[in-house]
Amino acid sequence: MSIVVYLETSDVAVRSASLPALTAARALAQHRGGPIVGVVIGSGLDAAAKDAARYVDKVLAYDAPELRAPLAETYAPVLVAALKAAGADALVASATSTGKDVLPRTAALLGAGMASDISSVEGAAKFKRPTYAGNAVTTVEVTSPTVIVSARQTAFEAAAPLATVGGVELQPAGTVDARGAAFVALHASKSERPDLTEASIVVSGGRGMKSGENFKVLEELTDLLGGALGASRAAADAGMVPNDLQVGQTGKVVAPKLYIAVAISGAIQHLAGMKGSKTIVAINKDAEAPIFQVADYGLVGDWEKVVPAMIEEVKKLKA
Amino acid sequence: MKILVPCKRVPNPEQKLKFAGESLDLANPGWQVNPFDEYAVEAALRLTEKGKGGERAGEVVLVTIAPKDAGQQVRGLLAMGADRALLIDGKDEELDSNAVAQILKGVVEAEKPDLVVMGKQTVDGDDNQVGQLLAGYLGWPQATFLASLSLAADGKSVLTTREVDAGVEEKRVPVPAVLTVDLRIISKKAVHNEALVGPDAEWDEGPRYASLKGIMAAKKKEIKEVTVASFSVSPEVLVKTVSHVAPPARRAGVKVSSVEELVQKLHNEAKVL
Ligand SMILES: Cc1cc2nc3c(=O)[nH]c(=O)nc-3n(C[C@H](O)[C@H](O)[C@H](O)COP(=O)(O)OP(=O)(O)OC[C@H]3O[C@@H](n4cnc5c(N)ncnc54)[C@H](O)[C@@H]3O)c2cc1C
Repeated sequence: MSIVVYLETSDVAVRSASLPALTAARALAQHRGGPIVGVVIGSGLDAAAKDAARYVDKVLAYDAPELRAPLAETYAPVLVAALKAAGADALVASATSTGKDVLPRTAALLGAGMASDISSVEGAAKFKRPTYAGNAVTTVEVTSPTVIVSARQTAFEAAAPLATVGGVELQPAGTVDARGAAFVALHASKSERPDLTEASIVVSGGRGMKSGENFKVLEELTDLLGGALGASRAAADAGMVPNDLQVGQTGKVVAPKLYIAVAISGAIQHLAGMKGSKTIVAINKDAEAPIFQVADYGLVGDWEKVVPAMIEEVKKLKA
Repeated sequence: MKILVPCKRVPNPEQKLKFAGESLDLANPGWQVNPFDEYAVEAALRLTEKGKGGERAGEVVLVTIAPKDAGQQVRGLLAMGADRALLIDGKDEELDSNAVAQILKGVVEAEKPDLVVMGKQTVDGDDNQVGQLLAGYLGWPQATFLASLSLAADGKSVLTTREVDAGVEEKRVPVPAVLTVDLRIISKKAVHNEALVGPDAEWDEGPRYASLKGIMAAKKKEIKEVTVASFSVSPEVLVKTVSHVAPPARRAGVKVSSVEELVQKLHNEAKVL
């Protein structure tokens, strides 16, 4: 049987956030066999479906004006139809906010078991996933005939296109019933910086930054390094930075090659979102702060002195 | 307005996890209410109040699936102000998100609430599924990961904001619906019932503490013990837990004594700059 991968799209292409799901699906195909069928859902999908076809043997496109916004109420039945059309008994997507919203609802419609936020594929229906805010690695086995998984973006590489381009089949959207739910608006956060979840360097600030104004110096360091800006919950809650910069158990999960935590104490909920980073730097005036326990390089000091000095040193290095 | 709030206890997340072979050692878990569930109770209470500390209009019913001794954590939520609770006999080890959602479907059909308000995930399993599964099983609309919610004056729809990867999304759902709440739902002005309060109404930041009066009142509130069999459902476990192990430990790090040393090490040793 085949494996369906749900691919999120922008107006013109597959979102990079969905490329790890393709890698997870390819790993699953090693155990289950079967072709991988990409599914795209939305309105005006021509370009995006063509882009999706670079990664899979076949793309099923569900294109209808009523499917423009990703509503779980309308997307879950489409995914059920897609599994049927593809003759699939497995569904994979990235654990993005859309994936987390839509996949479990799809699982209910199919009566299928779902493994959330998996970090590796261990067998045809066996997966590892972080639990307890990353303090345990749990192996789970899905026992239903159909298997659903959401893949943790930072745990799988972004998939590369295949040598040959697959075909695109336009599928009927059927009757779209939103159950009365309506998408009202998206207030998109705009940033010139790389996406937090994809950046190779992340600089995060915590409550100890004291004000949004003080984040300017972190932004300067971030931009000098070509990185993305992040924050702890305390900094986001205090309104120093927008909420979507929050890293952690309930914010974004990041795994850059360099993570610099400034004035962040290192609560387990924060660690859950950044422990997978390759190199971790902690800058904190409290030598006992728990962040130092996960830091490869710790510097005890006041950010007001350390960060400007760091900017100078990095400039020297780059010169 | 009748609101059902499913809730669950979790081991104290601040306590170091202990392992026994390939399982968890939960001999001294320091049980507490899943924080997101506490936020759900706070949101539900605000929906039934004429402003902070104001008169109540509506009912908040708790439901937990747990062994009998979880009554202690439920009592704490009743002391916050919830009206009554159902305690359904069950054990975490014998449940998965699917089975929980199927049992909750039975509870919803018996209790007929206008809204189900629940935490977006538990901080032990970190599954983030039950609300969406329940909405799917009921065929109800869903609004997940809510940062704010406002119940229309006619009580027929809820306008929500949700934190999504791209920013903040606004979604409207009709009642009845399943709502799952995220951290920001406990900020001062995040929750409104327009029939009871104006848009400027605000509450204290965070989930409320139980007052002494609340604690006394909670002693008399009903925690009804029921069995799964009393609902017409047959819950199925579809995801089996095979093992739990500790994650690989990070290599011990070093403290550097100056910014120069830090930048040099990042350049020459870690090779990330
Ligand atoms: C259910 C739940 C979910 C949560 N999810 C998340 C999440 O996703 N992400 C998250 O981050 N948190 C989360 N939290 C919150 C978490 O528990 C912590 O409260 C939070 O991470 C603390 O943020 P902080 O480290 O910035 O602040 P604090 O813990 O207050 O630490 C501030 C640090 O700054 C240092 N400092 C102060 N001044 C200076 C200075 N001048 N120079 C250098 N250092 C200085 C201090 O020494 C201190 O270590 C969650 C909590 C709960 C209950």
